[in-house]
Amino acid sequence: MRKHSLIGKTVVVSIVVIATNVFGNYALKVGLGQVGTVVSWSPLPYIHAFTHPWVALGVACIFAWLISRLLLLSWADLSYVLPVTSFSYALSALAGALYLHEKVTSRQWAGIIAITIGTGLVALTFPETVVLAPPDTGDSGPGE
Amino acid sequence: MITLLVALVVIPGTLGDLLNSYGMKRHGEVADWSPRGLMRLAGQLVRNPYIMAGIPAMAISFFALMSLISEANLSFAIPMTASSYILETALAKWLLGERVDWHRWAGTCLVAVGVALLSL
Repeated sequence: MRKHSLIGKTVVVSIVVIATNVFGNYALKVGLGQVGTVVSWSPLPYIHAFTHPWVALGVACIFAWLISRLLLLSWADLSYVLPVTSFSYALSALAGALYLHEKVTSRQWAGIIAITIGTGLVALTFPETVVLAPPDTGDSGPGE
Repeated sequence: MITLLVALVVIPGTLGDLLNSYGMKRHGEVADWSPRGLMRLAGQLVRNPYIMAGIPAMAISFFALMSLISEANLSFAIPMTASSYILETALAKWLLGERVDWHRWAGTCLVAVGVALLSL
């Protein structure tokens, strides 16, 4: 029973991780394209960039990505999360082609197909192979 | 400059992933998804040294990625950040004790090849 609910939960949270990553990167690319190049050791150009609405939206999405990824890692293996959520790279390339009119070569299409098959192969495995947490004794977790 | 940015995306990113994964696995499966439960989780994560070391490492990786995106094409910048997949999977097996069967190895290798093809 727990196996089924864990797989269902993994699918839902993985989709959130992938969607926030793709949209976050897309929004950052659009925003930074309008702000201009940001390469500096000073935090000021980054703070200025954050005031741009697309950049702010992108940063909010990346924050949501970080949180949802941490939640997923609380039960799913890193060796599962990495390849499965990397489907976002294939989607990012498609978003670049569709909305930013970046050219996608036949070699890049092959890459998109390889990523899709690889993601599918890993998604066939059970997401949790190691449990490091102490057994649940009814507490809400360590530190409580 | 682009090589330095790629290194700053990949090395702290790998370290951050391993620390975050270990920290969250030690915390245990998050089961309470209510706003109150998530607030309590945030309080627990602030006291989790692995997460507190992992997030700054991810932040360095993120800011380097932001600079990389503003310097290079999206279809180059994003795939470059995934170049450490095979190393991270090996480290997850050896350091975190994960069971990596042939499905996972084959899938991870295909993803790494796909990422390389995307960035060419």
